[in-house]
Parts: sequence; structure tokens; C-alpha cells
Amino acid sequence: MGLSSWPLLRQFRGDPRGLGWAAQSRRSAALTARTADADEVVRSVCPYCAVGCGQLVFVRDGAVTQIEGDPDSPISRGRLCPKGSASTQLVTGPHRLSRVRYRRRHGTEWEDLPLDRALDMIADRIIATRARTWQERDPATGALLRRTLGLASLGGATLDNEENYLLKKLYTALGAIQIENQARI
Amino acid sequence: MGSNMAECHPVGFQWVLEARERGAPVIHVDPRFTRTSAMATRHVPLRAGSDIAFLGGLVNHIVTNGRDFREYVVAYTNAATLVSEDYAGPDDLDGLFSGFDPARPGYDRSSWQYAGTGEADPTLEHPRCVFRVLERHFARYTPALVEELCGVPADVFTEVAETICANSGRERTTALVYSVGWTQHSVGAQYIRTAAIVQLLLGNIGRPGGGILALRGHAGIQGSTDIPTLFNLLPGYLPMASAPATPDLAAYVGDHQARPGSWGHLDAYVVSLLKAWWGDAATPENDFCFDWLPRITGDHSTYQTALDMADGRVEGFLVLGENPAVGSAHGRLQRRALARLDWLVVRDLVEIETATFWKDSPEVTSGELRTEDIATEVFLLPAAAHTEKDGSFTNTQRLLQWHHQAVPPPGDCRSDLWFVYHLGRVIREKLAGSTERRDEPVRALTWDYPVAGPRAEPSAEAVLAEINGRGPDGPLAGYGELAADGSTACGCWIYSGCYAGGVNQTARRRPGQDQHWVAPDWGWAWPANRRILYNRASADPQGRPWSERKRYVWWDAAAGRWTGADVPDFPAEMAPGYVPGPGATAEWALPGDAPFGMQADGRGWLFAPSGVVDGPLPAHYEPHESPVTNPLYGQGANPLRQAPRRPDNPFNDTGHPYVLTTYRLTEHHTAGGMSRTLPYLSELQPELFCEVSPQLAAERMLVNGGWATISTARAQVEARVLVTDRLAPLVVQGRAVHQVGLPYHWGWRGLSTGDSANDLFGLVLDPNVHIQEGKAATCDIRPGRRPR
Repeated sequence: MGLSSWPLLRQFRGDPRGLGWAAQSRRSAALTARTADADEVVRSVCPYCAVGCGQLVFVRDGAVTQIEGDPDSPISRGRLCPKGSASTQLVTGPHRLSRVRYRRRHGTEWEDLPLDRALDMIADRIIATRARTWQERDPATGALLRRTLGLASLGGATLDNEENYLLKKLYTALGAIQIENQARI
Repeated sequence: MGSNMAECHPVGFQWVLEARERGAPVIHVDPRFTRTSAMATRHVPLRAGSDIAFLGGLVNHIVTNGRDFREYVVAYTNAATLVSEDYAGPDDLDGLFSGFDPARPGYDRSSWQYAGTGEADPTLEHPRCVFRVLERHFARYTPALVEELCGVPADVFTEVAETICANSGRERTTALVYSVGWTQHSVGAQYIRTAAIVQLLLGNIGRPGGGILALRGHAGIQGSTDIPTLFNLLPGYLPMASAPATPDLAAYVGDHQARPGSWGHLDAYVVSLLKAWWGDAATPENDFCFDWLPRITGDHSTYQTALDMADGRVEGFLVLGENPAVGSAHGRLQRRALARLDWLVVRDLVEIETATFWKDSPEVTSGELRTEDIATEVFLLPAAAHTEKDGSFTNTQRLLQWHHQAVPPPGDCRSDLWFVYHLGRVIREKLAGSTERRDEPVRALTWDYPVAGPRAEPSAEAVLAEINGRGPDGPLAGYGELAADGSTACGCWIYSGCYAGGVNQTARRRPGQDQHWVAPDWGWAWPANRRILYNRASADPQGRPWSERKRYVWWDAAAGRWTGADVPDFPAEMAPGYVPGPGATAEWALPGDAPFGMQADGRGWLFAPSGVVDGPLPAHYEPHESPVTNPLYGQGANPLRQAPRRPDNPFNDTGHPYVLTTYRLTEHHTAGGMSRTLPYLSELQPELFCEVSPQLAAERMLVNGGWATISTARAQVEARVLVTDRLAPLVVQGRAVHQVGLPYHWGWRGLSTGDSANDLFGLVLDPNVHIQEGKAATCDIRPGRRPR
């Protein structure tokens, strides 16, 4: 560091109030925005409310480093509310589950369970419940029912259209009709 | 009204502020002074649960003072149509409509129909024309009544009414915006109906800057209503098959086939759906597998199912990105219901309360239930975040927007698309050799989506393509191409066109600054990329804009087509003067000046002969729990409200003198799983609090910053006290009525924890849509923490 780096002299060179670059430390001056050195930027949509603000997802080394508003969106013009602005924390935070948790009947603690085994067990329970509770016809009128009231599903408003579509398709083919989501609330 | 847009849809609210900057009045009518009120040009406090009286007062003001947009009303609504001689309304029947059967309870709607042969009086003088029936119905909804019932001074009300009227008509339009402050009532559907009547009278429907905007609350909730994961609907608002009404395909389409308007093609919509689901197995000979559809027989909504669960009649439950232990009304009942299940599957980003109820719910903590006694087997599956999967959300404006995968999901996290696809695959493998009749539909289901990558992720784009539909020539361009002969397949008719030309239209991203103000090249709106529905009504019966200032779509006589700033919501080549000939069907059975093509008469309904179960016109009824007696009718509350009478659903007695209401905060999201687990958001809103007026604080000795316990017959909830002028006591029927406000985001898990406000509410539901009355109930409030 020579005389030229003296803050007072730097101040005379274009930062008269000494509140800007003239007062920067070397560390501050060397900082770059996470968004500047991302490997790629992916277009997304905020997962919180239904305004549908555009989001730009910045990725570096295979991880999300920042999520900001998308200035191109005619709806949001690049802005995000506090929730949307917290999206990076939402998707990268330590609160996130990454392993299946299983509680056996009457159990007092979670246990581990491999994902494929969990899927298999869930499929078995759906098939068994359905068989036990199947209503082919209304006993009083003989009307065709072809359904089960033994199982139910709740959720969909935080899911994608494609997910809701396949859920409704599969459930309906299985005869499960107690299928609902947050729209009912 | 019924909305706190600045807090709950903050980025959308920027447009309200832009309008305000240009001189638009912004009127916020709400029980609380919120951040929206702070930015409005006027806040009007009113009693939670009295909005129909207020809106009815607007109708009264418009009709009494001749402020309706007469040309629009006569041409585009059913104002002139004569109603049956047998019709009688609440003024004649002390709060009931004609046709009431207390045994069901329900209404026989035959007396609500139009009189015989389509008689109409365009001069609007005939005593039985809809306009005069409407006038008589709302005759007692005077400014004085609004003051008495809502607590809004009559002169304030009249000023608001005049502002709205002055800002409607040819040259100006007024928009109404609402959220669950309108829907979460035992008369919620009728709230919306009253708003529709106001906007039709003022000529605001289908016009730029007009209309009624429902502000929905979740990123995908519009899509989950359209597609839908709801019990009573098939994709595109087709009804579910039901017993005994629709035993076969002919019965299902029979009603609708002769209908004028878009529902005249119901057969094409449902056949194309069945072809999408069952492919080659669905043929004309087997009614396109219509028999494979399960039948509904009544109310199978989530609250009914929760009651059945509590009674031990439901074995298994899958909960996908929702948290009913905190987010549904009557939390204790919800959690007790979970404890009666044999098995429970929860999929979420974090360990939400619904997944851990067996070890740490309030009922376990208090000792009322013991973990070891709760049998429920629980699977908690980690879900992929929105950045870890491809897919589309439909926002509150019907706009589909694609989000792209940025990174793969970590660990065992998987998308819900992965879950449902592989669940279906495994179930089909296990049932491959089955000879049971009930297994035929799932074995024959089309379920062959391409998968990719080490996790075998199914292609979301392939699913979108199925939703869009295909015909003999490939992807469909729109629902106009759907056929009833089995040659087209389409997963959701109103979404057809979203993958036109084999291009993902929902992924279009032409920057807003490069487009005109409608911005049609960003995403894709259903149906057909129309941005304002019923926009035919933005032009007069001759097809000319009502004014230059409000031009939107119009008839181009030289070109022989409708044109303008948006896709016309009208057959493109139907001239304004078109008159249907004999034998005309569907859209062509309606004339060229009938904008409302989803109604059989092509008109906006001021009076609704069908579509709602509790009255062709809205009447003010009190909430099920209310400190106020209905001054209008002996029938105080909605006679058809669902309020199950059972020991685990107790109601308040007179010992609960205050009005209770709940709401959202900007910094938290619904039941808290996506916000109370995050440090940033937990820091911004760290703790549950209740809002009370200084007068109520004095009456109940509540201290700002201290503790209070709010109680109802269902539960007790403790919260920090915020004494604020934002909640003013209202004078209703000559005495002060106090309101207590509570955000509902809190639960016992996360970084920021607290009691759940929804525990305070019982099950009281609207009879049309079975939505809970969560915006108006009664309570008591006392200083101090709740007893342990």
C-alpha cells in the first residue's frame, strides 16, 4: 500500500464525502456478487404465494448460491417479497429432510428406511386398504360405485400441475375419491 | 375486500400502487387496518362476517339511484328475464327462499327458474323481471342498515358507494379484489355472488381494469383446482361421475349436450379425457371406459373425511405438501383423526407437525394422548424443492409458467412427480396378474412416461403434452379441436393449447418490457391464452368499444373477425349481429351479443336459477357464532350451513362475547413449514401475537407485550398481546363489538413456534363448497398464559 491508497487522497479523487469506494477496505473491494460468478442461471417461479413472481436461480458447482427476482417478468418486474427473497434459505437450509423417516406402529422414535422399501410398503398398504374397503355397488340401490373410502389424500396447492394431474389420474383409476387440497381450505 | 393484498400478495400489489400514483382511488374495506389499508386512499373498517350486508348496500345504492350501466345491464345480463311466479324470497319468508325442505335440509329450486317461455322485459319495468326482483330483495340494505350491521357509518358508506359508481361506466372501470376474507364463511359462495351482481350492474365484468380478481394463496393452487386434486371435479371443471345421477356416459353428457355455449361440447371434453387416461382400451363400444370412473355420492370433502377419520373409518392418508395439523380448522380434531389412522404418508421439505403429531402434538404434550397408544404407522418422505424439478405452476391469474430444474434433489429427496409415477408403476407391477374387476382400471391406465437420469425421473414435459392433448395430427392447438368420437385425447380441456405445436408455451419468456401491456408472450393463460375472460363485454352489442379509453377487443368488420389487445373470448368469426338459426348448437346457439358463453343464455346472472344451493340471490346471514342478532330475518344464519353436531365439534355459548378473526402475515406462509423453519423469516416475525383495540385491552386488562389466552369451546391459544388502534371497536346495533385478530401461521415445530390459531375454530362449512368459516367466530380473551 502506497500513499495513493491513503483514504484521504482517494476521497479527493471522486468520493468527496468519503462514504463510498474511498472508504472501502481491500476485502470489500475484492468482493463480487454471487450472481456474477455463477456457472448458470435457471429460470424459475416463486414457490410461495400465487402471484407467480419470476425467479432467477444462480448455480455454482452444482449448488444453488442465490435466488433473485427475474426483471423480465411482466408480473413481478424483478421484485420478490420477504418470502420469495428467502427462497435460497428454503432450498439449501439444514432444516431440509434428505432421508426417509419411518415410525412403526406404536413406535416412539423415527427409524431409517430405504426409499425403495418405503415406496414398496406404501404400495402394499394402498392395495390392501383398497381391497378391504372396496365398494363395488351401493347395497341399497345397486348403483355402481367402484370406489374406496378407506384411503384419502390431502395436498396439491404446493405441487406442480403435472404432479396434480398424475395424482388425480392414479387415484381415480384406483377408485380413491377422497382426494382434496388446500383449495378446500 | 376480504383481502390484505399488500401483505399477502406484495409483489402483485405494486400494480395497485402504480394505479394509485395515476389517481385511482384504492378503497380497503376490512375489519383490520393492515399494510394494505396504510397504502390505500381509504380504509373502511367493518365487522368480520358482514360483507354481504355491505355489498348488498352497494346494490341498493346502485339500483335506488339509477347508477347502473343500463346498456350493459340490458344487453349482457339477465336483468330483463322474468322469474317464475312461484318464486318467493327472504323478505316474504323471513330469511328463507321458496322451496325450502327442512328435512334434507335443502331447496327444491324449481320455483327459482325463469318464467316459462323466456319472457323478458328490456324496459326493466315488469315486477317479475330479475331487475325488479333484485331491487325488492335488496330494498332493506340501506345505508342505515349497513351502519347498524357492519359498523360502517352511513355517510362513509355512501361516499364509498358513490366513488365506485362514479368510477364505473363507459369511460372508467372499477376492480374488486378478494381473498379468503370472502371465502372462509358459511356464506362464502354468496359473498362472491354479491360482488358479481355489483360488477354486472356497473358493467365492469370483461373490461380492462374491471372484473373480480380472486387472489389465491399458494404457488400451484389454481392449477390444483383446475386439474384438480379435488373430490368433486375432473380436470377442466368437469363434474365427477356420481351415483345415482350419472350411471353411464349418456346420462353424464345428457343434460349438457343440448346446451348453448361452450358446455355444449361436454361430450368431447370428457371423451378426450377418458382417451388420455385409458388410451386404446377406451372405445365407443365400452363408453370409453366411463364405467371405470368411481362415483361420488355426496360430500367427500376433507372436513367430512376428517370426521370419518376421527370415527375410525379411514385406514390410510397421504399428505402431500400440506400441514392439516396446523392449517386446517379444528386442529384438535384433525390431530385426533391422524391418531386413528392405520397408516400415514407425509411428503414435505421439512419435518412438519402433521408428520410428528404422534410424539409431540399438544395432545401428547398434555398427556391427553400417549405416544405408545397411537398406532398410526408413519412414512415421512423428503420432497424435492421447486429448484430441483421441472414443472408448471398456474398462478392466480390463470397463467401457466414453467419452472426449470436447476440442481438435482439431494439424498432421498424426490419430486412428487417421481413419487406418483413410481408409486403407480409399483402398484401396477403388483397387480399385473390380478383378475379382480376393481383392478382393471389401474392395470389399463396409460402410464408410460419417459424417465431419465440416475433417479429415473419422469418427464414433466411429457405429462404437460398429455394435458395439452393430441389428435391424429399431433399436439392439439386448442380445445376447439376436441372430438367426441375418440380421435382426440386431452388431459384437461381448458389447458389445451399450452403445448401447441409441440412447443412448451408455458416456458415462453419474452421480456415484459418488450411487449405491450397485456404481455401475451410470457407464459400461457388458460383458456387459449386469454388474459381477461368475457372480454366480448368490453365492446357494445354492435362490437364497438364502449369508449376509446377502455378499448380492449372489438369487431373488425372489414376482416370479419374480432381483434384487439387480447385473444377474444368469443368465436372469432361470429359477427355482433349474428342470430342463431334453428338447429344451431353450442357456441353458435348463442347470439353475437351474448358475452357469457359458459351460461346457457349467454348472459351474466344477476339472479342465479342454478349453480348455488342456498339461494338465487345473496341474503345477509350471520356467522354461525356471532354476538349479533340478524335484524333482517328471523332465519339468522345460513339455513344450509354445515355445522356437524357431535361431541367433538362443540360450539360457543354466550360466554364468548368477542368476534374472532384470523389472517396471514407477509413474512410467514400458511401453516409455517416453509417459513417458520427459516432464520430470515423467523427473525422478521418471531412470535405469535394477537391484536386487540385499546378499549378491549382496558375491558379485559390486557397489557401490550404481555400474554393473553384466547378461548373458544374448542381450545385455548396463548399469544403475546399487541394493543393497537388498527382494530377499532365497531358500533353494531347500537353497542360496541370488539374483534380479536390472530395470525394462523404458528405450530409447535420449527425455529419459531407457538400455538395454532386454527385450533380455536370448529367445523362450520359453506354448503356449496364445504370451506370452513375461519374468518368470523366468537371467543373470549383473558390476560395470562394458558393453563398447562
